[in-house]
Amino acid sequence: MLKNIRIILWVAVAVSLIGMAALLWRQDDPEQTAAFRPHFALPDEAGTIHRTEDFRGKHVLVFFGFTNCPDICPTTMAEVAQVMDDLGPQAEDVQPIFISVDPERDRESGLNAYLAAFHPSILGLAGDAQSTEAAIDSFKVFGDREADASAPGGYTMSHSSSLYLIGPEGDWLGQFTYGTPADDITAELKERL
Amino acid sequence: MIKALVAATALAVSLPIMAFAECAEVTQGDITLSGAWSRATVGADRPAVFYVTIRNDGSSDDHLTGITTPVAAMPMLHETVIQDGAARMPHADRIVIPAGDTVSLAPGSYHGMLMELSSALDEGSSFPMTLQFEKAGPIEIKTDVLPIRAREAACAAP
Ligand SMILES: [Cu+2]
Repeated sequence: MLKNIRIILWVAVAVSLIGMAALLWRQDDPEQTAAFRPHFALPDEAGTIHRTEDFRGKHVLVFFGFTNCPDICPTTMAEVAQVMDDLGPQAEDVQPIFISVDPERDRESGLNAYLAAFHPSILGLAGDAQSTEAAIDSFKVFGDREADASAPGGYTMSHSSSLYLIGPEGDWLGQFTYGTPADDITAELKERL
Repeated sequence: MIKALVAATALAVSLPIMAFAECAEVTQGDITLSGAWSRATVGADRPAVFYVTIRNDGSSDDHLTGITTPVAAMPMLHETVIQDGAARMPHADRIVIPAGDTVSLAPGSYHGMLMELSSALDEGSSFPMTLQFEKAGPIEIKTDVLPIRAREAACAAP
């Protein structure tokens, strides 16, 4: 009887060791190529500065957008909201962040009220021109003002449209291009959490 | 407990019906519009959006050249273009609706950009939108304001 239990235990240990090795091997691979740690230091609407390193231990979903964008920004925020709902209790380990590429106007029009309408967990950050540009440069993304006489205020923004995934150590883990279904993002996150 | 069960059952029964409700259609000439929707807005300071499906049953192409609505002083047709990961939304002044084909104004693609809203768009409300076609002329369709989190029309193509 005892011998049987011991055999079962050893089998369990062996299985979990193999599992752990497989997990380590899988995680090692992308991390070695992606020692890229993008950085931001930006205020929320209340003025509190949030830095990349404040989110260590969490998976962070970063989107660069502006609230006057009626098409892909709300569509992406709707996907993120769905992901946060679908993650259930695991949502605690994920922080969605919206970085404004049009910070002055977004601060005026109220970033928090806008983002909260999608999901209360989404943190909105809107810095000054300099800190915003620093974040955009560090993430190697794009966010540019374009003159457009027909747009409100005479300009519109062109901006990177993907969602970026930053790991618990601050490493860049990858991106979800615009249109990635919420289910795919949720599945990927659940696999990592 | 029983109340919850009844509620859950009612929801389970009604959900598929709601999900499969057919989109309302408006036909004029060869053009049929269906599934017009918009997202609720937070306030009236930011532009709202307009999406719709357009079918051309004719044997020649038609063109959508503009939109008008009482809810926005400056409505405009746009196309979201994603190039090398960067999104822009240039003005689309003439959208071809090919003969025998369907074109959708949908997230990540063509859309109506409703600037200078007269008031916030509330979830559950609706507003009229008139689409101007070169051949079929102006066609009005009732547009449903869906939750801000909506990602598609709340009805199925008939
Ligand atoms: Cu637009």
